[in-house]
Amino acid sequence: MSNAPVNSGRRKFLTLTTGVVGGIGAAAVAVPFVKSWSPSEKAKAAGAPVSVDISKIQPGQLIRVEWRGKPVWVVSRTPTVIEELATLDSKLRDPESKEPQQPEYAKNAGRSLKPDLFLAVGICTHLGCSPTYLPDSFNEQVEGVESGFFCPCHGSKFDMAGRVFQNVPAPLNLVIPPHYYVDETNILIGVDKGDA
Amino acid sequence: MLKKLVMDGIDWIDTRIPMTETWNKHLAQYPTPVNFNFWYFFGSLAMLVLVNQLLTGIWLTMHYNPSAEGAFASIEYIMRDVPYGWLLRYMHSTGASAFFVVIYLHMFRGLIYGSYQKPRELIWIFGMLIFLVLMAEAFMGYLLPWGQMSFWGAQVIISLFGAIPVIGDDLTLWIRGDYVISGATLNRFFALHVVALPLALVALVFLHIVALHEVGSNNPDGVEIKQKKGSASEEAKGKFTFHKQYSGKKDIIDAIPFHPYFTVKDIMGVSAFLICFAAVIFFIPEGGGFFLEPPNFEAANGLKTPAHIAPVWYYTPYYAILRAIPDKLIGVVFFGGSIAILFLLPWLDRCKVKSIRYRSWIHKLNITQFIICFIVLGVLGALPATPLYTLIAQIASVGYFGFFIALFLYSKNEKTKPLPTRLTH
Repeated sequence: MSNAPVNSGRRKFLTLTTGVVGGIGAAAVAVPFVKSWSPSEKAKAAGAPVSVDISKIQPGQLIRVEWRGKPVWVVSRTPTVIEELATLDSKLRDPESKEPQQPEYAKNAGRSLKPDLFLAVGICTHLGCSPTYLPDSFNEQVEGVESGFFCPCHGSKFDMAGRVFQNVPAPLNLVIPPHYYVDETNILIGVDKGDA
Repeated sequence: MLKKLVMDGIDWIDTRIPMTETWNKHLAQYPTPVNFNFWYFFGSLAMLVLVNQLLTGIWLTMHYNPSAEGAFASIEYIMRDVPYGWLLRYMHSTGASAFFVVIYLHMFRGLIYGSYQKPRELIWIFGMLIFLVLMAEAFMGYLLPWGQMSFWGAQVIISLFGAIPVIGDDLTLWIRGDYVISGATLNRFFALHVVALPLALVALVFLHIVALHEVGSNNPDGVEIKQKKGSASEEAKGKFTFHKQYSGKKDIIDAIPFHPYFTVKDIMGVSAFLICFAAVIFFIPEGGGFFLEPPNFEAANGLKTPAHIAPVWYYTPYYAILRAIPDKLIGVVFFGGSIAILFLLPWLDRCKVKSIRYRSWIHKLNITQFIICFIVLGVLGALPATPLYTLIAQIASVGYFGFFIALFLYSKNEKTKPLPTRLTH
């Protein structure tokens, strides 16, 4: 035992530095615990692009493809539907697709690469339910509009380009996933042209 | 001879751990107000239901398979093949609803008798934390059967975090551990549901009771039973001996020991509760679709949303508030706010009088409208949204939040009745 007087300045400094070093250590230990909640390599691999064959799709028909566990809709739009799209601007929240809900190449009137074929993630932008396709009874939801998508969970409404109507809970248009035509009848979903 | 052996044994323990001391301090010599009424059953009942959930939960874990491939089938296995599995599961699933029934009534008691007021703010805060953990616990438990409503309910609730600006999308990805709800989500919810949250729950219940026993129970009159030392008459103090922790510094009036008087009263409450609980378990275990929802008898399918998604009944009031607001971020803010504001209750109520018995007609009116709005929201949250229902939900949401705003405004200068000097009974 030393009988030297207590150097309280040095004691304070040591307490502080020990606390800081210990705190950094504790924060570092938290990293693996927090990071382990991120998607695993297996989950990331399962999120790979998927291909869809559209050669057999009928006019007005909707087919569902699974990509990253989400439903992706591929809808064949009839000429009547395409015409109707141009008349809806005043009823929509984001008619010109200003919000970044689509790749650059889908930022057009029909939000698609080709006007007669529409492709979108079928998940409502409100709380993630999957809206119902109403090919000829959408009138009940929005007067004067023949077809569209209606979310049964909280009543959000989208037109045939996945654009959200006003006065519904969903804030944004439906998401258009990255995709491109491999050839005339095959689309690859989940990747932009050139990145594959 | 035997008696001496027992006394020696107790002595042996008492010199090593304060067993008799703790028994006296918290049960046999714990002063409890004499005028406890019907509303005071629900605290002990909540503990009973907690024990029920822990026990049946541990046993269900022995048969349940926490994986996206096996979860749904293992529930059916428990229901059909495991001896008495159906009973254990119904005790657990019905127990969840019973827990909320009991907790809501317990909170209502606190509300009308001002049990959250000074000096019991921390008891209220711990209680609210228990309520919050309980909601998380029930939500995660509901994913485990891996039915359609499990899946889509979790999808909706996790998406709520997506409304947070900037970090929202990454946060939801982190919570799910996948691009959608998947086996990864199921496994982490299982871990939280059976280990982490029950531990937190038990710890919080412990703190809730420690805080309660430090200040002592409120009562239907809202008049303290602890008076200045030397101020109370012998008649008021009564014939009972209380632990020196309580009677050392204060005079205790109109009180009786918790044990045996309230243990016996609570056994009565427990009996009545168990009759109702057993009736539900045996005759309507699905609660008419409110305790276990019909779509949950179908395995989870990420490509098909059920026609109508409704949360289990105990979340519906807040869910109705969320839905009433036609904007995602603001909706989520009010949804969270509807719970958060309850934490502030001890500071929003500035009245010095606790019990509704001696408070103004305006306070009685305010509590009444609050309860009506809460029930209306609860009913609407379970129904599909229509324009009319949305309008009603908006009005009821105003009433819900209006309760707290109005309370803050009038409680400062509220016209109250004179308080009695002794408890009335």
